[in-house]
Amino acid sequence: MAEIRTAPLVVEFPFTRSLGPVQSAFLTGLRERTVLGVRAGDGRVIVPPAEYDPVTAEEIRDLVEVGSAGTVTTWAWNPAPRRGQPLATPFAWVLVRLDGADTALLHALDVPGPESVHTGLRVRIRWAAERTGAITDIACFTPYDGPGSGAEPAAHSGEFADPVTGITTPARLDYTYAPGRAQSRYLRALAGRKTIGERCPSCRKVYVPPRGACPTCGIATDTQVEVGPRGTVTTYCIVNIKARNLDIEVPYVYAHIALDGAGLALHARIGGISYDEVRMGLRVEPVWTGDGTFPDHYRPTGEPDAPYDSYKELI
Amino acid sequence: MSKEPVAVTGIGQTAHAAARRDVSLAGLVREAARRALDDARLEWADIDAVVIGKAPDFFEGVMMPELYLADALGAVGKPMLRVHTAGSVGGSTALVAANLVAARIHRTVLTLAFEKQSESNAMWGLSLPIPFQQPLLAGAGGFFAPHVRAYIRRSGAPDTIGSLVAYKDRRNALKNPYAHLHEHDLTLEQVQASPMLWDPIRYSETCPSSDGACAMILTDRAGAARAPHPPAWVHGGAMRSEPTLFAGKDSVSPQAGKDCAADVYRQAGITDPRREIDAVEMYVPFSWYEPMWLENLGFAAEGEGWKLTESGVTGLDGDLPVNPSGGVLSTNPIGASGMLRFAEAALQVRGQAGDHQIDGARRALGHAYGGGAQFFSMWLVGTEPPPG
Repeated sequence: MAEIRTAPLVVEFPFTRSLGPVQSAFLTGLRERTVLGVRAGDGRVIVPPAEYDPVTAEEIRDLVEVGSAGTVTTWAWNPAPRRGQPLATPFAWVLVRLDGADTALLHALDVPGPESVHTGLRVRIRWAAERTGAITDIACFTPYDGPGSGAEPAAHSGEFADPVTGITTPARLDYTYAPGRAQSRYLRALAGRKTIGERCPSCRKVYVPPRGACPTCGIATDTQVEVGPRGTVTTYCIVNIKARNLDIEVPYVYAHIALDGAGLALHARIGGISYDEVRMGLRVEPVWTGDGTFPDHYRPTGEPDAPYDSYKELI
Repeated sequence: MSKEPVAVTGIGQTAHAAARRDVSLAGLVREAARRALDDARLEWADIDAVVIGKAPDFFEGVMMPELYLADALGAVGKPMLRVHTAGSVGGSTALVAANLVAARIHRTVLTLAFEKQSESNAMWGLSLPIPFQQPLLAGAGGFFAPHVRAYIRRSGAPDTIGSLVAYKDRRNALKNPYAHLHEHDLTLEQVQASPMLWDPIRYSETCPSSDGACAMILTDRAGAARAPHPPAWVHGGAMRSEPTLFAGKDSVSPQAGKDCAADVYRQAGITDPRREIDAVEMYVPFSWYEPMWLENLGFAAEGEGWKLTESGVTGLDGDLPVNPSGGVLSTNPIGASGMLRFAEAALQVRGQAGDHQIDGARRALGHAYGGGAQFFSMWLVGTEPPPG
């Protein structure tokens, strides 16, 4: 079987979070080395605090301060920490019920090996040296010899000077992207400066780029057909705003191009002509990238424009 | 056995804004849901199921946010469903909820849709860098602008139409206290002079990016009988899909949209939508889509939609008002935008649309589309219960 192309695809963005009153108090509290929970309608103390009662759905705002020590309720060993996790050395993921709380908080426990962890282990917070109002203000938990406190948690106003109201949460997903057999064939042909579509055996339409199946008939398109290289601009727009991840000078023309012999238009940039001279019906041909692996853009061929009736069914 | 008639007895929406930094995601959805419950004079315990929708998770970066929103929406111990059909999701979410009532699976359902676009960037979320493809696309506007140009060519519409729609919808929004954009001093000349972003689409002909949520309470006949305010009744609802790109696709007037509208009209007994429908809330994220959808939805013959816009038929005082609320052009929390169309249609036939009420509106259409113009959802609501 022919080689299927793959490439890394990284999706990464610094999302922001508006915290609302309860999460704002919780995270600002962490900055001040204070752990807050909220008292639910049934009397339980929920840590981290929720904005709405998980049983009654009522808004809950009665904040209380719980202890910075607690008890492990369950755990799992993490032998190979990954980027962005709380500790760089192997650690235990633990659920910790802090003293005064009725629910458990997920965090990391810094111990040398799994033999050092057990359900019921007493632990306490190791605070980060620099705290900003984030869950990472708790650097991790460490084993702790002290007894549990039986005291009822005290009410807390949740008010602090200079509260944190929003945070930035960078997220990153690492994929291996594989475009599949049909597109791998298409890419190999492009490297030889040929544009290969695939014909549906039922409706006879030629798909460019090919997808391996006809989306209308739902059957495999396994007959390769060379199309183009010339084609017709069926419609277009002039892009005047620069996208953050796009290294193209504006204005540029984003066009739908029906290559000769193709059953539908593909999308590409038009160059070699002023953006305000591009028109529907313009005849174009590909201009290959320096390394010749795919068309960088399309430019006018100099032929007369195609009549509207010749491409209107492809719009 | 016939279907149970479905009534809309509660409607709530948030104040929409570019950024609602005062609330979390949970606080945002709660604001809309609480208002819908208050409108229906119900409590959380009165709700049998929750159906929630939003656009792609990339828009906030919270994977499956419905998991964390169960508490805020009182869904604990109840069925909760998430619907996703891109920009049309607000409409399809409401239809899934309505079908649960119509099928007598649940008696009273809370349905809600939201987006908090300020937590991310929709243009980034829609233009991820796919390997082996040349990056070209500058957000949704760049995708839809060639279709608009094709419409102008096909219909022969004068290039002034897009600005007329935008100016109308922004003026309508001044009568809607929940709308995101309240551009009191905007003139038609300013719309016409605003910069081309994706020629032929101008800045002022483009929807904003909003934070917001919309919620509705859907219930059966018994629920409607207990409701404190007159309900809106669902007379028809349908969804249709087609691929983003396929040989033979009509990008200007997609077949799936025509089929969806025809199904809704058949259910509702509508034979002449232009005469029989009193108000339309359609999904117009770029102003030119008003004349395009007028044709797609059967309000005008092909190539004639722009004439309705130009002659004022779609204005607040026209005989077919379109987007009296100000529409998507004035408020666009993407996931909620479709449900806002459905809810605004229901407000019209309940006589509760406030300053943008169309006098005597008895039948109204709510419409949404999404993806590459490939998902369609619509409902038709009326003042009277459906016959039979």
